[in-house]
Amino acid sequence: MGLLSRKATCNTHGQDSSYFLGWQEYEKNPYNEVNNPNGIIQMGLAENQLCLDLLEPWLMKNPDALGLKRDGISIFKELALFQDYNGFPAFKRALVDFMGEIRGNKVSFDPNHVVLTAGATSANETLMFCLADQGDAFLLPTPYYPGFDRDLRWRTGVEIVPIHCTSSNGFKVTLPAIEQAYRQAQKRKLRVKGFLVTNPSNPLGTTMARDELDLLINFIEDKQIHLISDEIYSGTVFTSPSFVSVMEVLKDRNLDQTQVWERVHIVYSLSKDLGLPGFRVGAIYSNDPVVVSAATKMSSFGLVSSQTQYLLSAMLLDKKFTKEYMSENHKRLQKQQKDLVSGLEKAGIRCLNSNAGLFCWVDMRHLLKSNTFEAEMELWQKIVYHVKINISPGSSCHCIEPGWFRVCFANMSESTLKLAIQRLKSFVSSIGMKSQSHQELKSLRRKARNNWVFRLSLQSFYDREQDTTTKVSFSYRPHFMSLSNIAATLDAAA
Amino acid sequence: MLSSKASCNSHGQDSSYFLGWQLYENNPFHEVENPTGIIQMGLAENQLSFDLVESWLRKNPDVMELKKGGESVFRELALFQDYHGLPTFKNELVEYMAKIRGNKVKFDPNNLVLAAGATSANENLIFCLADPGEAILLPTPYYPGFDRDLTWRTGVEIVPVHCWSSNGFRITMFALEEAYERAQKLNLKVKGVLITNPSNPLGTTMTKEELDHLITFAMAKNIHVISDEDFSGTVFDSPGFISILEAAMDRNLENTDVWSRIHIVYSLSKDLGLPGFRVGMIYSNNKTVVGASTKMSSFGLVSSQTQYLLTNVLASKRFTSKYMKENQKRLKKRKEMLVSGLKKSGIECLKSNAGLFCWVDMRHLLSSNTLEAETKLWNQMVCDVGLNISPGSSFHCSEPGWFRVCFANMSRGTLQVAMRRIKDFVERSKSMGRIKMNYQQNMSSLGRKLLSNWVRKLSSPDPNEHER
Repeated sequence: MGLLSRKATCNTHGQDSSYFLGWQEYEKNPYNEVNNPNGIIQMGLAENQLCLDLLEPWLMKNPDALGLKRDGISIFKELALFQDYNGFPAFKRALVDFMGEIRGNKVSFDPNHVVLTAGATSANETLMFCLADQGDAFLLPTPYYPGFDRDLRWRTGVEIVPIHCTSSNGFKVTLPAIEQAYRQAQKRKLRVKGFLVTNPSNPLGTTMARDELDLLINFIEDKQIHLISDEIYSGTVFTSPSFVSVMEVLKDRNLDQTQVWERVHIVYSLSKDLGLPGFRVGAIYSNDPVVVSAATKMSSFGLVSSQTQYLLSAMLLDKKFTKEYMSENHKRLQKQQKDLVSGLEKAGIRCLNSNAGLFCWVDMRHLLKSNTFEAEMELWQKIVYHVKINISPGSSCHCIEPGWFRVCFANMSESTLKLAIQRLKSFVSSIGMKSQSHQELKSLRRKARNNWVFRLSLQSFYDREQDTTTKVSFSYRPHFMSLSNIAATLDAAA
Repeated sequence: MLSSKASCNSHGQDSSYFLGWQLYENNPFHEVENPTGIIQMGLAENQLSFDLVESWLRKNPDVMELKKGGESVFRELALFQDYHGLPTFKNELVEYMAKIRGNKVKFDPNNLVLAAGATSANENLIFCLADPGEAILLPTPYYPGFDRDLTWRTGVEIVPVHCWSSNGFRITMFALEEAYERAQKLNLKVKGVLITNPSNPLGTTMTKEELDHLITFAMAKNIHVISDEDFSGTVFDSPGFISILEAAMDRNLENTDVWSRIHIVYSLSKDLGLPGFRVGMIYSNNKTVVGASTKMSSFGLVSSQTQYLLTNVLASKRFTSKYMKENQKRLKKRKEMLVSGLKKSGIECLKSNAGLFCWVDMRHLLSSNTLEAETKLWNQMVCDVGLNISPGSSFHCSEPGWFRVCFANMSRGTLQVAMRRIKDFVERSKSMGRIKMNYQQNMSSLGRKLLSNWVRKLSSPDPNEHER
């Protein structure tokens, strides 16, 4: 008999995916401006490190927040004992106000409909447990955040059926794609319980258009299923078009007192806009009292530390501060994104036009040996091990077109970003690929491929090992993996 | 429309354990503002030693301010979401855990997995050890929250191991075997046995003999032992605390199979009195379990702000030694106050040496030896006497008439009020001739018949058992 559970011994945690393997490589050889200037630059981590310097002075000016005091008097005992899964009332009030602000106050939220959870990871899993049984399915537009494979499926037994989106229309969700996915689920005899969309999108960095949201709402009305809108990046919208929450669309369509109103749920967290992933603050928002009630009880398995709830209630209650913070946050995100986009453009690499998020969706299709995922993997390996940048391959996000990569920009300084762009530029020119039209590229590619195969067989495995272990400074030169090593690594990553 | 989990009752919150809380919330006692309100004696919290922690924090302001040597570490902490946990925190935790065990066991921080409270740790562990439809054996009486924590989302079943007052509710080999057979008859594959040591609600530490039975049983059946040692820091009297790992080490089992099937759950909620901070953990010598539960801990990580605070508190060895000693002293004193107070009303408690509560024998106050009579008495206690205590049935106790009464979550003054109220109630009931003063009359032949009916009821697989 299995000594452990199937869950403990299977791979559904998804951590054998390249998304996580890249991180591991980075951990072994992390870039540091001073101590390890030739290390791997982490561009696979969607964190916002651009505005932590704004939070620190606020903390200094408001010592009570960290000091767990109220008007100078210690409330340590009160907080130490506070384990009510209904959450700290002041915090929920502050949170819903903040969420309203992010949506331009076009929607207002009721604190009684909020369920606090230890991060959006916990929120998403909890919603699955509430809305679906083992063997049911949720439809997700691709490309999507790789963590969903674990968060939505691992312990819940729920299936994900992808709604395939393509570059032909900027990866927007279409009705035919939705219907295709729905039919696919039915073929697999899976009962579809709803959609989960990330808006703004991870990894695309785009906000959903109103007509996309309308499409989804129409569909869930018709099929009587749920819509979960993971709006974790809603506070990172830095340029137009502005963010339109699914709640806003429902209101505009006067659906707020109908059944469908109760089947739309929002997930949020303070990890992305406030840049506080370590504090584990997530939330579910639902207009269905049964969902709120069940999710509240389930939140027992992942409550937010009362110490943290108190700190953040004080911070979010300072409306002047949050306004200034959000404004500056958007400015800095926009600048950093622009720097990345223009830098990549100079290297002949285009990005999907984006207005939000902490990353760009980068088109490297023209750098692929062939229009296959094997080629994408090969390119990814090169970029991680030789260009020394960890980026996330589109296949790990379930993108159906090879060649797209998610590249994060908000977790590093301007100078590190410059360096990363420089490395990519050198890499691109070294493999002789310049920005040309697709037709020209084809014939050029055919020529280059023969060169490529020849050069690939040259380098030995041991040189690469040395590079990563000795950390000696040397001038950048192109490295190539032998074919056998590529095969071995692909096997391991499979 | 929703999942079956969302629409069922397995969260167990319709149980009287939780209903009592709700009644208390509607009318909470307050010495000044609501002196006739309900006194909360159903909450196993330790509120006796906060002043010690607060004074330490005042002397070490850097810690709350998220500073190290005067420099802010806010940024690092804000970004720290590594599910392996803050290494320094885990180092301190394992030292603290060893200290609690008189340093007779040593723990490896790499075998420690942090979770958002013991609630999260227990569920996480069950997800790792058992599949839906499989079973875990639990000695009764047990903490009502287990019905939710171990079964709700995991789909795992609990099969009770019946323990009786006749031997102080100790676990016997016979009871373990009986439960195992019952599980087999129900076609349930038993994956392990979960014990709480010290016991909630009994307040007793397990004897070496009991631990040996469990280990022998686990070896024979090739199953796991989960030892929830949440209350290990609340042992205030002899006999001392023996951890399951100590018992296994005494038998030289460190390099055997069973060693990797023994797992401990712990939290800082009970001894340090910090339930709001959500700091729990799993300790296992099984690398696969550590690997899987670490990944699963993503669903309930401990706030890095909190990890940092407590790393520093625990790092102060002088403080932790002082705290442990003083905390135990206060717990012992308060327990003695409850026990002697109850004795004056003719009510006996199970002899205990740990925990934040007593297991109180009110069988002689029952109008009959039945669950209905216990529920009636409980109603009276909450609504008439104004004490929220927890009825034994909510702990799945097989004998009616036992109640868990908490003592560590209130001031001396409040406890005195509670004792007075009970005395008045007992005297009132005596004068109304409603109770039998000699509780041994309970064991009349009628009583025995009712008891065996009860036992039969308990052993049938009633899916609605949780609702009780």
